[in-house]
Amino acid sequence: MSTPHSPLGRALDLITRVRGVRGAMVVSRADGLVVAEQLMEGIKGGALAALASSLAGRLQRAMVSAGLGPSQFWHLQCDQGALLVVPAGEGLLLVAVTEADVNVGLVRLELLRAAETGA
Amino acid sequence: MTVVRAVETWTLEPLTQYVTEAGARLVLLMTPAGQVLAQSGFSRAVDVMAASALGAAIVASTNELARQMGQPPFAGLTHQGRRHGIFLSAFDTDRGTLVVLVVYELDASSLGLVQLFLEQLVADLRAASPKAGVPKHVLAADFERELNDSLNSLFGR
Repeated sequence: MSTPHSPLGRALDLITRVRGVRGAMVVSRADGLVVAEQLMEGIKGGALAALASSLAGRLQRAMVSAGLGPSQFWHLQCDQGALLVVPAGEGLLLVAVTEADVNVGLVRLELLRAAETGA
Repeated sequence: MTVVRAVETWTLEPLTQYVTEAGARLVLLMTPAGQVLAQSGFSRAVDVMAASALGAAIVASTNELARQMGQPPFAGLTHQGRRHGIFLSAFDTDRGTLVVLVVYELDASSLGLVQLFLEQLVADLRAASPKAGVPKHVLAADFERELNDSLNSLFGR
């Protein structure tokens, strides 16, 4: 969806280079649409984007209600993999889909780096 | 829980599921002519009539725009306001072409969710829709009675 030479493409490229990452996407937080993606076959990008943004909105409200401020990173662990998400700027989310045995710390680092560069 | 009311009962289950999953505030299912098959979230008949007329007019306008551009009809039309979004889409079923108008609150849902679950709604409506019969000739004398009957069904009267 994004070209490898665009800033978004480069950011996603760095995330998906980490071993165990099955795909990464930039998602519009407000409308839940895919802005850019690099996903392995079989991952439904549109569905993932819509549900991730919906979850992000609800988590945001929960965090603020709990007096914890906005979330900076979330990690949803499942049987066969994980979903790692970092808010990027005001209106975007960086989402990584990983295998279960991925190095979460490394993916988190790449997500935060990408978010800092304004992806 | 928002109640779905339908003139044609085969639309009830798919639409009820859609409203719940997509978090839609208002939904209107109608023909491209503006004849309403089902609604959810509307409390006044006049609002249903206005929304169906405007929705049908928008679909007609965009279809003509697409035709002028030499393109197939648009799959969907979206408008995002400050607090609400509106999504309009037309699709074919055995009942004929249907139009769905969805209004969602940006706090509770998103365009992504509305579009995501629309795919399921369309599949469910296609599976449930009756085969198209011979088009009924509507007499002017019957029109008002049929309209009143439909509105009564849509508001559970």
